[in-house]
Amino acid sequence: MLGLGILSGLLIVPLAGAAFILTLGEETAAVKRNARWAALITTIVTFLLSLAAWARYDIASPSFQLVESHAWLAETIRFKLGVDGFSMPLILLTTFLMPFCIGASWLSVESRVKEYFVAFLVLETTMIGVFCALDLVLFYLFFEAGLIPMFLIIGIWGGKRRIYASFKFFLYTLLGSVLMLLAIMAMYWEAGTTDIPTLLQHRFPVGLQWWLWLAFFASFAVKMPMWPVHTWLPDAHVEAPTAGSVILAGILLKMGGYGFIRISLPMLPDASAAFAPLVFALSVIAIIFTSLTAMMQTDIKKLIAYSSVAHMGFVTLGLFTLNEQGIQGALFLMISHGIVSGALFLCVGVVYDRMHTREIAAYGGLVKRMPLYAAAMMVFTMANVGLPGTSGFVGEFLAMMGAFRANPTVAFFSVFGIILSAGYALWLYARVIYGKLDKPNLQGILDLDSREKIIIAPLVALTIWYGVHPAPVLDTFAPSTEALMQNMRAALANTQAAEAAAKAAKLAAAEKMAGPESQKTVEAAAR
Amino acid sequence: MTPIQSVLPAITPVLPEIVLSVGALLLVLYGAWRGERSSEGVNVGALILLIFTFFLVVSQTGNVTTLNGAFIADPFARVMKALILIGSAATILLSRDYFQRERIDRFEYPILIVLCTVGMLVMASANDLISLYLGLELQSLAAYVIAAFHRDDVKSTEAGLKYFVLGALSSGMLLYGASLVYGFTGTVSFPGIVTALNGPSSFGIVLGIVFVAAGVAFKLAAVPFHMWTPDVYEGSPTPVTAFFGSAPKVAAMAMTVRVFIGAFPDVTAVWQQIIVFVSIASMALGSFAAIGQRNIKRLMAYSSIGNVGYALIGLAAGSEEGVRGVIIYMVIYLAMTLGAFAVLLSLRRKDKMFETIEDLSGLSRTHPWLAFCLAAMMFSLAGIPPLAGFFAKFYVFAAAIKAGLVTLAVVGVVTSVVGAFYYLRLVKVMYFDEAKAPYERIPPGSAIVLGVSSAVVVLFFLVPAPLVAAAGDAAKALF
Repeated sequence: MLGLGILSGLLIVPLAGAAFILTLGEETAAVKRNARWAALITTIVTFLLSLAAWARYDIASPSFQLVESHAWLAETIRFKLGVDGFSMPLILLTTFLMPFCIGASWLSVESRVKEYFVAFLVLETTMIGVFCALDLVLFYLFFEAGLIPMFLIIGIWGGKRRIYASFKFFLYTLLGSVLMLLAIMAMYWEAGTTDIPTLLQHRFPVGLQWWLWLAFFASFAVKMPMWPVHTWLPDAHVEAPTAGSVILAGILLKMGGYGFIRISLPMLPDASAAFAPLVFALSVIAIIFTSLTAMMQTDIKKLIAYSSVAHMGFVTLGLFTLNEQGIQGALFLMISHGIVSGALFLCVGVVYDRMHTREIAAYGGLVKRMPLYAAAMMVFTMANVGLPGTSGFVGEFLAMMGAFRANPTVAFFSVFGIILSAGYALWLYARVIYGKLDKPNLQGILDLDSREKIIIAPLVALTIWYGVHPAPVLDTFAPSTEALMQNMRAALANTQAAEAAAKAAKLAAAEKMAGPESQKTVEAAAR
Repeated sequence: MTPIQSVLPAITPVLPEIVLSVGALLLVLYGAWRGERSSEGVNVGALILLIFTFFLVVSQTGNVTTLNGAFIADPFARVMKALILIGSAATILLSRDYFQRERIDRFEYPILIVLCTVGMLVMASANDLISLYLGLELQSLAAYVIAAFHRDDVKSTEAGLKYFVLGALSSGMLLYGASLVYGFTGTVSFPGIVTALNGPSSFGIVLGIVFVAAGVAFKLAAVPFHMWTPDVYEGSPTPVTAFFGSAPKVAAMAMTVRVFIGAFPDVTAVWQQIIVFVSIASMALGSFAAIGQRNIKRLMAYSSIGNVGYALIGLAAGSEEGVRGVIIYMVIYLAMTLGAFAVLLSLRRKDKMFETIEDLSGLSRTHPWLAFCLAAMMFSLAGIPPLAGFFAKFYVFAAAIKAGLVTLAVVGVVTSVVGAFYYLRLVKVMYFDEAKAPYERIPPGSAIVLGVSSAVVVLFFLVPAPLVAAAGDAAKALF
């Protein structure tokens, strides 16, 4: 069909849905209903399409698959799409979470329904685009384009301080990203192309790598977000509508990690190895510091936001251990955190829709009126803590195992993160779900209705399923991780050999030069 | 070769200018004959004339100089001329409704636009300092008059006067610089200057280049010669402001590129530092000074100062890629400016125009499409992909990185983030704030301009290759 492949389809279907919703007329009850259904159907179709892509995907191969390449800016800057073991699971995660977001906004969004779903569908296209772009300019294009719909989602449908939060979100991320743009250009002039598979084979000079790495780091660290540039996240999370928070925590935060694994680690191996201690330090600070901050929060969403920052600390820690366990763990944690934190925000949305407050103090004893809700919340809380048997455990365990191999001290400090996370998560659970049901307005609160059950049940199942059987996800990551590690080892060994050779050559040259040189100095002294 | 041909220079390359000039004279005759009732006909006539000339320009090929080397018709000139003609035609479309409602729809206005356009075309094709100055003055004189076209309005006359006094000063500086260059090289033709400068450059030449740079910086409204811009933008009738922001900017940029790349390619080091300074200063002032603005026309003035700074990054690179970046930048800048002003010209309620940022409040509720288009323009001006403004910035920054001007590029991207703040504020006002009473229907001329420019800005990323290739060809002609 027009020479377009299945990945183009994944980009086009949400846009087509958005275009359809735009053509609906004035906002009446019927139009609102149609917009909701159209959005839901579009996201489900997109999900099915991504499953079709998954069916065609060869899990054992580390190379890029389903590749399609169209003429774009120039011969060397093409509209190239493709997936490998790193990106395929993230695409599935994106398309999987979207229908839940639409479902979660079914009743809670009442004004400007059309625009809301248009923004979400456009956002979906940009997110999928980031994960399947095989050209750096195209990657940047999708990476940045996602800011526009998210800015509108936070700003229009957000809470009280939505304007402050939306501006902070936009400008913070933009400032980080523009430096990445300059780095992409520098790579283009150095390697002559922005084609990712070609760049993966290209060896950049070590001096240039440092600058490039720092520029990419500025962008990915903000997106991640890493301490100390994480402050936009709690604001954005608190003010965003429920579905916006789910997407932020579930997918947008993964773009930073994906950037590291797609660009920083394989293309700039020497700089990555050199800067690993910096990343370790920032990750450990993030894990401990933001966990402590989370304990002090009085707002449920803010608490989960800070816990996200802490978990992302584990991801960066795992990625820069530069060994298989660490990287696999970080990737698994990204998927797991996408499901679990998304689910937690959905759970917060459930009580927020009923009570219109996110203050922890406003709740208590919910288990008496909402047993199902309490059970679901329990699963997600435990997964957030990293209890064995939930998906949270696998990722954190592997990441720390990798960290232990790379640097035991770092592993030692990061363990405190797990202890502290148990602290804040269980405390939150105790204050919201247990205790006395003595607040008068909570007396009539209702348990999950059928719509909410449909939304939450699959997430509960998946959290537990991946906890006891993580192999499907890990197996998908494995070939690509192995290839990455091989490349990195070869590159690092190469640089070391080159350095050693250069040193030897220098010594030899110095010895050779020693004769005439000393003579010259003697002559100069005599004059 | 017949004797006639050897005496008369080839006129086919100059045909667009001749057609426009003759057409303008005929329109004057028609206007004088029919009097005030002729304004409708003159408008249509001017529009047809501009469109016809556009196709004439586009149909030309080759790279020829004529009129004893004073005039050059190369791909670079043609691309710039096409842009200038589009800008002028769009201005006439935007102006009609406004001038009728303000009851100042005199037939002189479209004629002045056409004459101004002739001047701009000559600027784009000038191949020596004399023809450059002639084109510049023709353009400027027409522009001074239309700035003050609302002659019963204090602000408009003030704008015209300010523009005239400062413009005359800058023309003087340019002329002085040109005379220095002539004095030290003995020629006014650009290729001649190139040959004459083939050696160590004297201080007089440097001084001449500095004065020429000051003159063109004024025409470009680049810092430190930008002071007139906000006042002239605010005071002039809004369609005239749209005109100043579009076609003359393109012409001034064409002239700047032609002078520096065409006449002084071997002394790049001398003018590069001037351009780098002007570029950094313009970007910084454009982004910081705009933050405090309440009036959209003033905001667009600062925005244009900033945009000139970004375009100059490409020139500072002094390379083929850089010139290509400048051309792409000007194409996209033209679309964004015209689109933004088309929206501004639709904010009318009961015969009153609105032009402060607060007046956009809640526009997305009352006029969703208008708000969508303006939001696209703003995100594009902020340089957010996938909108066209991103690609504009992409190519100039890429050229700067290749030329090793990393500091310039870093300053550029950082100021673009600052600039994003005030562009976002317009989006915020339109989308996040409470709605006000709706405005009247958008005038048909504005609707056409807005539709086309929005399509360019939003859909550019789908088929960017033709423009990039055309700009590449045009840039190649200069090297």
